[in-house]
Amino acid sequence: MLLTVREALMSFKRAPLLSALSIMMIAFSLFSFGLFALVAINFRQELGRVEERVQLQAFVDDSTSVTTLTDAVGLAARYPEVQRAAPITREEALARAREVMPEFQDVFDAEFLPASIEVQMKEGFRDAASVKRVADRLSEMPYVNDVRYGEEFVQQLDAIRTVATGTGIALGTAFALVAIIIIAATIRITVLARAREISIMRLVGATDGFVRRPFLLEGLLTGVAGGLFALLLLRGAHALVTRLEFVNALFLDMNMALAGIAAGGLLGFLGSAFAVRRHLRQV
Amino acid sequence: MIRFFHVTKEYARTGAALKDASFRVSKGEFVFLTGPSGSGKSTILKLAFAEERPTSGEVRVVGMNVSKLRRRDVPQLRRKLGIVFQDFRLLDDRTAEENVAFALEVTGTPRNAIPGKVARLLQQVGLGSKAASYPNQLSGGEQQRVAIARALANDPYVVIADEPTGNLDGRATNGVFQLLQDINMGGTAVLMATHDLDLVRRADYRVLELNRGQIVYDSAETETPAPSEL
Repeated sequence: MLLTVREALMSFKRAPLLSALSIMMIAFSLFSFGLFALVAINFRQELGRVEERVQLQAFVDDSTSVTTLTDAVGLAARYPEVQRAAPITREEALARAREVMPEFQDVFDAEFLPASIEVQMKEGFRDAASVKRVADRLSEMPYVNDVRYGEEFVQQLDAIRTVATGTGIALGTAFALVAIIIIAATIRITVLARAREISIMRLVGATDGFVRRPFLLEGLLTGVAGGLFALLLLRGAHALVTRLEFVNALFLDMNMALAGIAAGGLLGFLGSAFAVRRHLRQV
Repeated sequence: MIRFFHVTKEYARTGAALKDASFRVSKGEFVFLTGPSGSGKSTILKLAFAEERPTSGEVRVVGMNVSKLRRRDVPQLRRKLGIVFQDFRLLDDRTAEENVAFALEVTGTPRNAIPGKVARLLQQVGLGSKAASYPNQLSGGEQQRVAIARALANDPYVVIADEPTGNLDGRATNGVFQLLQDINMGGTAVLMATHDLDLVRRADYRVLELNRGQIVYDSAETETPAPSEL
């Protein structure tokens, strides 16, 4: 083990330029993927904010008592898709109306406005199908006259979400593949640069495992270093965008950042494993 | 030590490099492989250290059947051999002692035993004072001595040398050849490919001569001189 560590560290010392180049290649590959991830995260966040506006209003019959309304709210709140359900009395409905519509400023009688149950959907259930399901169930309540939820808005959100998910998966896969290909090619170059050393190792009786181990460790360390560097670049890019655009864009959280560094390490490790394995088969 | 039994080696592009070769190298024997370039000398050596596998026939080296040797068992065979090349094949970024120590580390020699053994080996090849020198600080003859010290690191049964003096001047050639003779005197078999006939004439060792992939002469089987010497 000590020998493996020594050999891996020595290879950085022996070919510092190549090692630095490998780290930079991995860093920039992960950086471009990270940039895409940041855009995706922020888009997702914004979409989530818009989605929060998805809510249903179930208008109840004028004859509905406060107790019945409260019971109905309790019932609706227990639906698995529902995050929150609240009763809106006629007075509250009028107060809201006066807030948003100036023509209600002179109206003081709430009698003509119906009371309602206001329902907010849980995250993940803000799609047209789930919203319609809840609307249908609310409609089935005998004292509910009408349920409104902005059907068109919910359907448009669905369409945006579908396009964003499809584009995200396609672009994410493409970015990830490009990153993997670049990293694999970089590591292959480092292995080829040491082809002579590998052949000498095998001539003096080194097993494939002995040859492979320092490369795997080197690949892991290079990948982790690349991941760290990519994170720094990403942080810089994020700070720049935040300052220039005056937007408070989200950054990767700690888990994502650690996952990025781990991904670098894993890519370096696997890239080395494949490159050395392939090389050893040829010698 | 080494036994070739009706061995043929064919390459897809160039055809047969070795045709129906049979011979045996016994324990402690010194054998020259001679013949013109492309006659099959290197092919025999490559087959002996399992760099190549025979197309047909059987190759047995230090008790192992190279024809059937699994890839993962090749290191076990090579640890019983010492291999020396014309181009030395030293690691340029390691000192003489690091090059020799490397062969010991590879085979799992205990760490505390390595420095002493490396020093003894370098002493044996006459390079005790140049242990800390890098290959590019050494002459060709000295580099080949380091390569020989490395070949001896794991106490081989056989030293396989492919034109070990091919890149050396007369003086260095003499030194390296003397070293190989000394090693042989110690009981290690030596199989040495060379086209230096002066060297072959200088010692009374067995000569196997190859031509176009065939063994055309074996001094152990006849009293007449080799065809190349006529």
